[in-house]
Amino acid sequence: MTKKILMGNEAIGRGLIEAGCTLISSYPGTPASEILESAVTFAGDAPRPVHIEWSINEKVAYEVALGNSYTGKRSAVAMKQVGLNVASDPFMRSAYLGVTGGLVVVVADDPGPHSSQTDQDSRFFAQFARIPVFDPSNPAEAKEMVGRAFELSERYEIPVMVRPTTRVCHARQGVDLEEPQMIDRRAHFKKDPSRWVATPQFIPALHRRLNDTIDEIAGLEELFPSRISGSGSAARCIISSGVAFANVYEILDDMDLLKSVDLFKVDLPYPLNRGFIEAINTGYERILVVEETYPTIEMQLMNRSIRGRTLKDVPDYGELTSEVIERVLRTFLDVPGGAEEETKEAGGVRPSLCAGCPHRAAFYAIGTTFPKGIFPSDIGCYTLGMNFGGVDTCHCMGACISQGAGLYHAHAADGPDWPTIVVTIGDSTFFHAGIPGLVNAVFTGARFILVILDNATTAMTGNQPTPQVGLMADGTPGHTVYISDLVRASGVRFLEECDPYDLDAFTSFLKEADRFCRSDEGGVAVVIAKHPCIMDREARENQPRYRVVVTDECTGCQVCIKRFECPSLVFDDASEKVFVDQNSCIGCGVCEAVCPLGAIVVEETGGEE
Amino acid sequence: MKQQIIISGRGGQGVLFVTRLLAEAGLEMGADVLTSETHGMAMRGGTVVSHVKVGDFKSPLIRKGRADVGLFLTDANIPIHGSFVRPDGRRIVNTGRPGEYAGIDAAACAKELGSLLATNLVLLGFAVQKGALFCGEGVMRTVIEKMSRLQQVDLNLRGFERGLQ
Repeated sequence: MTKKILMGNEAIGRGLIEAGCTLISSYPGTPASEILESAVTFAGDAPRPVHIEWSINEKVAYEVALGNSYTGKRSAVAMKQVGLNVASDPFMRSAYLGVTGGLVVVVADDPGPHSSQTDQDSRFFAQFARIPVFDPSNPAEAKEMVGRAFELSERYEIPVMVRPTTRVCHARQGVDLEEPQMIDRRAHFKKDPSRWVATPQFIPALHRRLNDTIDEIAGLEELFPSRISGSGSAARCIISSGVAFANVYEILDDMDLLKSVDLFKVDLPYPLNRGFIEAINTGYERILVVEETYPTIEMQLMNRSIRGRTLKDVPDYGELTSEVIERVLRTFLDVPGGAEEETKEAGGVRPSLCAGCPHRAAFYAIGTTFPKGIFPSDIGCYTLGMNFGGVDTCHCMGACISQGAGLYHAHAADGPDWPTIVVTIGDSTFFHAGIPGLVNAVFTGARFILVILDNATTAMTGNQPTPQVGLMADGTPGHTVYISDLVRASGVRFLEECDPYDLDAFTSFLKEADRFCRSDEGGVAVVIAKHPCIMDREARENQPRYRVVVTDECTGCQVCIKRFECPSLVFDDASEKVFVDQNSCIGCGVCEAVCPLGAIVVEETGGEE
Repeated sequence: MKQQIIISGRGGQGVLFVTRLLAEAGLEMGADVLTSETHGMAMRGGTVVSHVKVGDFKSPLIRKGRADVGLFLTDANIPIHGSFVRPDGRRIVNTGRPGEYAGIDAAACAKELGSLLATNLVLLGFAVQKGALFCGEGVMRTVIEKMSRLQQVDLNLRGFERGLQ
């Protein structure tokens, strides 16, 4: 047995391999992306081949894993919390129908949030679906809980969720590696229409069976939450789970209160152990629950006097940082001091598109061509186009296309001079959820320009390949699927492809697309903005590199900074002029066109990096 | 042995790499290690901070005013993350300006070595030389060799040595 420093997500990926999982599917999304990548890394240690795939979205990933599980093989699917919204349809029903081979659903929550569109609690979602959920507090425990989740899943033929949060996913810790289990099962799908087809007539029986299963799990003695500190005879107690537990423990330790405060750690927040609910409600006068992000444990305790999120002793939104928890504990335990007013995290630099990012060029061209346009957009690096007016909406994966259609119908109903609507969506997002929206928009006569920002990768989450890149998760070739083919097959009659670095050509395509939209036979016009992500080293090295300088003509008007927002264009307070930060500039040369005075000058160089 | 360290910088400056080096150094020395990092949206050039805790800890996070050491890859982050470091803790800063901290112009040193990419390693070497960290130069050298990408080993080691001087 060796010990290795693993990120929480790596530990989970390792746990899946150690548990003898034979299929792992996922769609990238912070904070869950590294789980599948880790599984690829460790799959070599497995005694049997493991099928590992980046599916095109979470619903697909979930269903692929379900199919594998139906044959008796251990399966897993990993996603971020909003991915479960996408996968909710198969997720909800899988509780009723159950599974054969163990199915572990890893859903990474993002309290705060740091990199998500909601603050939702997947344990709450698990309760809604009636699916048991583990809540790990650190990477090593996350790996261990994956194994426990598989055992529970197979014992009760039910999917089991493991819900880490960002702080667990992206923590690193020394983790013991164990030998992957040798589970020798051949695929055996046993036909059972009353279960796998389950038309409504079969649902009441399945629902009753699900309820019985959950009741039984809630009675398991082995899942009675342990008391970690205190004597068990105090009048007050604290109940916690996940990384919040780790913080509570450490703060109590710092305050030298471990001996006197009864602290319980909940491993399985749903279903909460029945005996535990009874013991807590009868044994303690004052109870504090500290959990992220919704009152999942708290509500199952069914006790109106509980101090927690419901009574707002614990803030009912945002991340429970250790500073927040310290204040909560001091109030609950009547320990004065410490918690002086939170020092504001002053300023900081907001994230922006990288220097040389092709999305910036596309947004600039769109903004200058259609100064009165409306710009629905979507989820990915390119959401950062909001920094300089390129993004007017961002909702959920793929929403921009359908929102664009709705915006068109609203304006077109008022008269013929509707504003140009330019929808931007990334290549991976288009595969994920853009296709149905596009078919719908074309069919229902919407008129807008759809710009597919094709940078040949899923950039925001760490450059995972898309189906058009043609490589699968383990680097082996898949059967390439082309975006242009999908666009044509969706019924789109205007399709152009252009490198947005070429602002003139790209702009002329945008104008042509607008004319098409407004023509008698017009509809949705698609322009594919094609330029590889410059985070891809090879792509960066293969493109020409210019030397960009700002001449004395610069008047310091900062139009370039406001409208182009390249981090390499920096305003110097002393000289009141803009200069090019040569350390970060990758020499794409696009900004030459941005300065109204022509003060940004691009010089040829040898092209080397 | 117990030490809490924050590493503060901007996305792209190698905050994560320094975090990993410190974690590996802790493991190498047989200690328990917990770290915490920023990923995703926040990384695109935005302000980032990571936490390293060596010794017997449960939480990956460091509370404000509890860090023994702060490594700042840019002095612009002192007002932002300075409050993590306890009043008598050490602040090790990449800066050209003097201040109430141990400063080194790590970026300039790295540039002399031929690549700004070594800035983080220069700062790390400087912190080791100041005796601010739980680990010594020997352990750190081993870890740098183990963790660096093949093309980067030489540059990283030279950056580290430069910081040690």
